[in-house]
Amino acid sequence: MTVRDFQQAFDEKIDREIAIEPRDWMPDNYRKTLIRQISQHAHSEIVGMLPEGNWITRAPSLRRKAVLLAKVQDEAGHGLYLYSAAETLGITRDEMYEQLHTGKAKYSSIFNYPTTSWADMGAIGWLVDGAAIMNQVALCRTSYGPYARAMVRICKEESFHQRQGYEILLQMSKGTEIQRKMVQDSINRWWWPSLMMFGPSDDNSPNTEQSMRWRVKRFTNDELRQRFVDVTVEQCNILGMKLPDPDLKWNEERGHYDFGEINWEEFWNVVNGNGPCNKERLEARTKAWENGQWVRDAALAYSEKRKQRAKSDTKAA
Amino acid sequence: MKNRILYTLQLADNALIYGHRLSEWCGHGPVLEQDIALTNISLDFLGQARGFYQHAANLFNALPLAEKQGMFLSVALEEKVKKGENIDEDDLAYLRDGWDFRNLLITEQPNGDWATTVARAFYFDTFNHLYYTQLQKSNDLQLAAVAEKSLKEVTYHKRWSSEWVIRLGDGTQESHEKMQAALNDLWPFTGEMFRMTDVEQEMADGKTGVDAAALHSQWKQDIVSIIDEATLQLPEGTRLQDGGKDVRHSEHLGYILAELQFIQRAYPGMEW
Repeated sequence: MTVRDFQQAFDEKIDREIAIEPRDWMPDNYRKTLIRQISQHAHSEIVGMLPEGNWITRAPSLRRKAVLLAKVQDEAGHGLYLYSAAETLGITRDEMYEQLHTGKAKYSSIFNYPTTSWADMGAIGWLVDGAAIMNQVALCRTSYGPYARAMVRICKEESFHQRQGYEILLQMSKGTEIQRKMVQDSINRWWWPSLMMFGPSDDNSPNTEQSMRWRVKRFTNDELRQRFVDVTVEQCNILGMKLPDPDLKWNEERGHYDFGEINWEEFWNVVNGNGPCNKERLEARTKAWENGQWVRDAALAYSEKRKQRAKSDTKAA
Repeated sequence: MKNRILYTLQLADNALIYGHRLSEWCGHGPVLEQDIALTNISLDFLGQARGFYQHAANLFNALPLAEKQGMFLSVALEEKVKKGENIDEDDLAYLRDGWDFRNLLITEQPNGDWATTVARAFYFDTFNHLYYTQLQKSNDLQLAAVAEKSLKEVTYHKRWSSEWVIRLGDGTQESHEKMQAALNDLWPFTGEMFRMTDVEQEMADGKTGVDAAALHSQWKQDIVSIIDEATLQLPEGTRLQDGGKDVRHSEHLGYILAELQFIQRAYPGMEW
């Protein structure tokens, strides 16, 4: 078979919605795009542990503490599935970490914002995980098999995360005046960054067209963003809170909510490393990695020793 | 009844404070898989703490008013008692100050590096394993039930920390030295586990509590066998770091509580 035949077979699979598997031939760019996207997604899970981890030791009740701890642990698990999925494309976890630590690989910019109150644990669950789910549900049918399967597992847990976040805010919104104030303050801070999670608008998203063709992506950034706005407005009303956008209103003709212009300058600033917590987040990850080097070395040395001993035992026998 | 409450709180405080320490690792572990493992263990302890606190709260709520008064030095708890309100697990965890906490000093020691966390876990898990095995036989059915449920978890914890002692001890030269140093540093805190307070003695005599002193030789045998396999040395020297069970703590506890109790203190009396 020539490369052209391979390409044709690949295209046919894509068109017929047959999953691409690790051993299948795939175009180099498809592989590169997936590595970029899946590793970015994995890094987001791992870096995403930090802003919520920030409140584990200060959770206001034992039940909330246990739920938050379990939630952050889930994110670590998601990172694990995703790194494994990316590894099937021929990159190691260590290489991906290296790319994260040197700034070559990105992660979701939302995690570069600070968590300054307990209500942020609610807002992150509701808005950030809510926005993530919009993306991720679509990814359950992405064309690369291992990625799609990882996403199915992840989506189940994410919807639980979103509910627990919303429940935190619901409880607080039924509480005292100061608690309601805390909720509103948190929504004010997380709303716009959550909308930014869907990425640049379609006319500024260089990778979208090719990713749609490959069925890596199923919907455009703007489509998913609109869907998110439409469901979130209703949920916000139930909380008795306001979304911080004066232009937000129902558009009868479109059958959707209109909303204001995103501050793209802020978006690109944070993407390019100038957000409020970019430095801290990356430092925390790098520090964990560097401090863990001797531990990983020891584990490796010990497992080598064991192998050697097993070998000499077999010989002796 | 007062001593049964204090005894139950000692168990609860151990689990809460130690679990809190472990939860500080979340997101910062040396390997992703170990981050997950430590978080799991932390969750186990938090679950144990809740079981014990709920029991202590129930015992406390059943007391006549006169006996409730003055049991804790907490102003916020006294207020509740005065108003005739019942208390719950969160009140006990979030409204007492350090001089009402009865956890072992070892549980409040800082995480340090990975070897320190492993050494602390190793001493404490080995102890817990023996302790919960006995506590299952308690004539207080609630304590026995929490112990029985926790024993499965604690058995896993003990395996986890023992394996890490061996891996680090028999790993590289660097890890060997770090592991030995950590075992030495925490050794002085291990005596407290086996010294019986008056409360513990009364509970042990009444078949409610565990005779911790009687567990010492088995504990030592258990740790020596792992330390040998890890090519490490059993630390020597005195074990005088003591006092947590008598509510005399290190400086660390105050900071743990300042963090743990922050929201309940800054925004009192609210539902979260």
